[in-house]
Amino acid sequence: MNTHAFTVPILNLLAACLLLISFAMLSRRRTQRLINLFAWQGGILFLSTCLVAYSSGLKELYYSAALTLILKVIGLPMILHRLINRLGAQWDSETMVNIPMTMLAGLALVIFAFGLAQPISMMATTITRNTLGIALAVILLSFLMMITRRKAVTQVIGFLAMENGLFFAATSATYGMPMVIELGIALDVLVGVFILGLFFFQIREQFESLDLRNMENLKED
Amino acid sequence: MELLAVLGLPLLGFLLLALFGAKRAAPELNVAISFATLVAAALLVLRVERHGPILVWHDQFFVDAFNVFLVGLTAFVGFTTALFSRPYMRIEELHGRLTPKRLRLYHAMYQLFMAAMLLALLTNNMGLLWVAMEAATLSTVLLVSLYRTRASLEAAWKYFILCGVGIAQALFGTILLYFAAEKTLGREGMTALLWTHLNAVKGQLEPRVLGLAFVFLLVGYGTKVGLAPLHNWLPDAHAEGPTPVSAVLSGLLLNVALYAVIRCKVLVEGSIGYMLPSRMLMGFGLLSAVLAAFFLWRQRDIKRLFGYSSIEHMGIITFAFGLGGPVANFAALLHMTVHSLTKSSIFFTAGHASQKAGTQQMDGIRGLLGTSPTIGWGLMLGSLAILGMPPFGVFASEFLILTTAMREHPWTTPFLLIALGVAFAAIFSRVQPMVFGDSDAQPLPHSPALVPVFVHLAMVLMLGVYMPPALADWYRAAARLIG
Repeated sequence: MNTHAFTVPILNLLAACLLLISFAMLSRRRTQRLINLFAWQGGILFLSTCLVAYSSGLKELYYSAALTLILKVIGLPMILHRLINRLGAQWDSETMVNIPMTMLAGLALVIFAFGLAQPISMMATTITRNTLGIALAVILLSFLMMITRRKAVTQVIGFLAMENGLFFAATSATYGMPMVIELGIALDVLVGVFILGLFFFQIREQFESLDLRNMENLKED
Repeated sequence: MELLAVLGLPLLGFLLLALFGAKRAAPELNVAISFATLVAAALLVLRVERHGPILVWHDQFFVDAFNVFLVGLTAFVGFTTALFSRPYMRIEELHGRLTPKRLRLYHAMYQLFMAAMLLALLTNNMGLLWVAMEAATLSTVLLVSLYRTRASLEAAWKYFILCGVGIAQALFGTILLYFAAEKTLGREGMTALLWTHLNAVKGQLEPRVLGLAFVFLLVGYGTKVGLAPLHNWLPDAHAEGPTPVSAVLSGLLLNVALYAVIRCKVLVEGSIGYMLPSRMLMGFGLLSAVLAAFFLWRQRDIKRLFGYSSIEHMGIITFAFGLGGPVANFAALLHMTVHSLTKSSIFFTAGHASQKAGTQQMDGIRGLLGTSPTIGWGLMLGSLAILGMPPFGVFASEFLILTTAMREHPWTTPFLLIALGVAFAAIFSRVQPMVFGDSDAQPLPHSPALVPVFVHLAMVLMLGVYMPPALADWYRAAARLIG
């Protein structure tokens, strides 16, 4: 292991950027901007994975970094952009309830995540252990985003951001899962996005809008 | 060899039906493939019974008494559901709810779903288990939205988002598990995610990490089991999807998800040395059973009603696994079996009953006995069986669970009794007017396949009256494995 003095601060910086982007996602209204933010998140994930791969000398991490680049920085954002263009939804913005409150809730979630991750980070032997808390925070923030948003596309971006958080957790706590599993997860995510893409069209056809507020018929009466 | 066949046949079926699923003979092909899978599964069961557990392909696949029993059950219900779906889907097509293209999607996804569930059951790799569960979710999302109506799209969306979030939690749990195991087992050769290897060293794994991992795994896979408070997707998905899909969701997918939870429980309990996982299972199980029983009262849709009944029964099974010990585990495994068989047979009859009446609203379904006695009797007997009337097998397993609970945790018995009592009153009062009374419904254009219904009910009856010693031994062996 050739750990350099600068790798750890840089990793921490990247992790902080990841967290910042998650907060930015919570407050963004335009769908297109959200997709760009998601691509940025993927980019940072790519850089941090490369850095971990370099400092730990694990070759397979380069593969998963490449997978991240192809799938999350180029592939998925491109698919999503195309989708919203075809749906004519690129300038959609949603009215959100109370951004300051959402931000405060997000802050509370970050504190909770750090508290939860603290004892576990202590046991990690990887150089990236400090970032486990941030990974958990990213997961919870994406979760919050899915709860607070009412648009189908936004919920999917939240779902994908959550997957980014999980990936970051896997690299930061364990230097990544075995390659086969990573491939399986990537395949599932990709297929999931395709299915949801088909869904968008069907939902719009049936409900004349992608607003999920229309989807409240199945309730207990 | 048998293992390869069990996994490969449904996958082959997926490819074939993706190509030829729109042809006239596709339902027959679906039945044939499901039958071949059943034969392969039966051979696998025989082999495990004779020669003990199998561990193959670099230890990536593992078969013991616990999962081979579920493999057998899955293949069997998969086959009978394929039999049932043959006339059922044809009638749906005649009613104009489906096109040949959709039928192709249905048949292909049905086989893919079976393949994903069997992979989840047979794999020894906790990561692969996750991938297979996610694949099962994705294939059923397409099945639930098959009719492309507003309600079915809404149900499928809810299903995807809730289970997607849930299963993301399970992935985090799996990462934590790997994190704990990697220190003991190392990174080489991918052994740190293999259940058998983890089980061998579970005493040395870091208890705090595993405890946290279990919370995430339980929430994640528990969403798919339909445990309260994460059960919201289940009634919608059951009500809006085609009936054969409701039958396999209730009868099989919930079992497979619970299987994943129990595998995790065995690891974690061995590591942390105290009963936290069991207590959590008991709590979630009891909450689901009681909550679902009260929700039963408010249902108007026949498939929603039995969807809630599935939540109740999964709650009882989860509770029984939480109780632990040889008797409760035995009862839980038995209950898993009889619940799958009974619930799928109920969905078969409920599906045909609503096809006849032209509605799934229970107010619109009347006098089944008069117009089609077999459907009427099937629904009546199935309901009595699921409500735990003796001499059906559900009675035996519920009785065992109840007496064990009374002995070990007396405070839980009132809750269980309330759940069972409320469920009985709710379901029986709904089913009775549907079966008796007058009706002017027209006969169905294809004669329904009701043989599976009575075969299932006969098996449930047999399990209640006389259990073959070989089967009892087998359950006992599986119960011992769970500890």
